[in-house]
This record gives sequence, C-alpha cells and structure tokens, in this order.
Amino acid sequence: MPKGAHVWTDERSEQTIGILLRSGVILSALVVLAGGILYLVHYGAIAADYRHFHGEPGDLRNVRGIGGDMLRWHSRGLIQFGLLLLIATPVARVAFSVLAFALERDGKYVVITLIVLGLLVYSLAGGGF
Amino acid sequence: MSTNELTMLIFAGSLFAGFLGALTGLGGGVVIVPLLTLAFGVDIRYAIGASLVSVIATSSGAAAAYVREGFSNIRVGMFLEIATTLGALGGAYLAVWLATSWIAVIFGVVLGYSAFVSLRPPPEASAAERSGRMATWLRMEGSYPGAAGPVRYHVRNVPLGFGLMYVAGVLSGLLGIGSGAVKVLAMDQAMRLPFKVSTTTSNFMIGVTAAASAGIYLNRGYIDPGLAMPVMLGVLAGSMAGARLLAGAKVRVLRIVFSAVIAVLAVEMIFNGLTRRL
Repeated sequence: MPKGAHVWTDERSEQTIGILLRSGVILSALVVLAGGILYLVHYGAIAADYRHFHGEPGDLRNVRGIGGDMLRWHSRGLIQFGLLLLIATPVARVAFSVLAFALERDGKYVVITLIVLGLLVYSLAGGGF
Repeated sequence: MSTNELTMLIFAGSLFAGFLGALTGLGGGVVIVPLLTLAFGVDIRYAIGASLVSVIATSSGAAAAYVREGFSNIRVGMFLEIATTLGALGGAYLAVWLATSWIAVIFGVVLGYSAFVSLRPPPEASAAERSGRMATWLRMEGSYPGAAGPVRYHVRNVPLGFGLMYVAGVLSGLLGIGSGAVKVLAMDQAMRLPFKVSTTTSNFMIGVTAAASAGIYLNRGYIDPGLAMPVMLGVLAGSMAGARLLAGAKVRVLRIVFSAVIAVLAVEMIFNGLTRRL
C-alpha cells in the first residue's frame, strides 16, 4: 500500500497529541492564574495555614461541586477548575489515542488504550463505584 | 504569615525548583515535597497533592517538544501505562493507610536513590539483537532518527519491564512524584530501549500516571487550590525557562550540585519521618 497523506500513522497522531497536550496545559495555567489573582485579592491579607490537614470542603472535591463554584466565580473553585482541566489533559490524550489506533485499525492497541482510559475515568469518578 | 507573602515565597521556591529540575534533567517535582514540608511546614498530604499537579503540568508541557523529535515510542508507552496507572491507583490508596511519618521515610529513600542514579554515567546497555516474543506480538519495535537515517531497535523483557513500571506507578501515586528514575531503569536496563527513546517515552507517560492518582487525591480533599496554584504556576514557568536554556548549557557541575542538594533533602526527610516530625 502506498504511504499517502490520508494514511493515519503513529507519527501523525503523536504530532496531534503534542498540540493537544500543550493547549491543555496553557489553558489550565491561564484559568489557575485568573483564579489565583482573584483568590489573593479576596484572601491575600488573611493568615494561611497549610500546617494542619483538614481536607478540602466537599464542593472542591468533585467535578460537579467545582463546576458550581466556578459558575459563581468563587476564586478557589476557579483554581480547582483549572487544576481539573490540567488533570483532564492526559486523559484527553489517552482518549485521542483510542481513536488514532482505531483509525490505524490496530485492534490490540485499541483494547490496551481503552483499559488505560477506563482506569483514569475510574480515578476521576472518585475511585469507588 | 499572610497568604500573600506565603504564596509569593512558595511561587519563588517552585520557580527555582522547576528551573533547576529542567536544566539538570532531574525533574522539579522531586524537590517540591521536601521544599513545602521542610521549609514551609506544609502538611505532607497537601504537599503531595500540589506536587502531583505540578508533575502533570511539566510532563505535558515538555511532551509537546519531545514528540516533534520523534524519539518516543507510543506503543511501548501505552502498554506500560496499564502498569503505571494500576500502580498509581494502588499508591494513592496506600497513602491513606500509611502514617505520614512513614510516607516521609519512603520519600527520603526514593529521593536518595534518584540522587545516586543521576550521578552515575548512563549505563551503556547493549542494544537487543532481536525482540522478545511478547514485544513482537505487541509490535513494539521502532526506529528513531539517527545521523545516517532512521535507526531500528528491538525490545526485550516486556513482563519484567511491566512489573517494574507497576512499582514506579505505586511510588508516583504514594509520593506525588514522576518517579522517572525507576521508569528509565525499567525501559533501559530491562527492556533495552535506546537511552533517548526511554527518556522521552518516560516523560510521555509521567503525566498519565500522575493523572491516575490525582483524581483520587482530588476526591479525598488533598488538593488545596491556594497551595497548588503557586506550586503549579511556579514549576511550570521555571521548567519552561530551564528547558529553553538547556540547549548548549554546560550542566555537569550544576547536576552534581543539585544531586547533592537532593541527597541532603533525602536525609532530612528520613530523619524527620523517623522522629515523627512530619
């Protein structure tokens, strides 16, 4: 089979993955920065305490709570949303790889990549179905 | 100390850590936890959560540049990610059960090991003559750009590499680091991948591994936005600047100094863990 431009190759999917990763990181850094500025404006003068572990409040622990906080422009929720975007970036990369392997008609690697994707989704969903 | 002051200091420290980490190739994430716990008195659970986030940021940011060069092996990476993500989930669960002082001791030991590994010259593993059965079945062989055209290489010992990768994943999930030292060991020594291929593929995998444990940490409330914000932005900016400067920089002396700093931090972590101060 001649190697035409329409043939999906490992190299081509790696190029796309590179762009995907970089955009995800830049976007999340911008959201975290915006939330951070807002956070310091609101809470900058108060004393910070990271010495004692309390655990974060419930709304900063899952996708739905973080989304709600973000829509209300809560600074901590906005930072957390940026961090969530960052965590989602490698997940999106794996999801894209499923597609790329499917286009290459490589069934073995579609299965392998789906296993990795499943483990990541399980973790993000709270690790306890 | 006010939040403003503390945030600025943590940002500056993370910037410096990310810069040195990228310049020396040792990774900035590895010194974030000691920096936050020893210098700023941050609880080790918050420190690990913030470190994990910064590891994802640097790995994903650097991967874009590596991918262009065409060294990373996406099949090897994806197959081994089954092992690292499983390990990362296990490590994240282990982090709940283990006393924080024990986590500090384990952290110190792993830190000391990475300092030791980074000071040795990269061992010249002989290239594999032909691939193992499993590697052939999984179509892992590849080629990388050499001076005289593409150089083909073979892959061996896939099961051993898979097992070592599981360990790397556990350490990553437990300690919030990339554990690149173990990953390179698995791919260089066990699977006999060429050095450039193993380092770039390892960097490619680190973000996925860290994301697997970050989900668990987030759900458990270990990721504090106020702390993670300066750490992530600092390490990311620092490592990007470091990577840009890397071309043509003489880093041998810097590498030795940074490794010595890491060794001292390792001893401090172990001491503070054993005396239950962390």
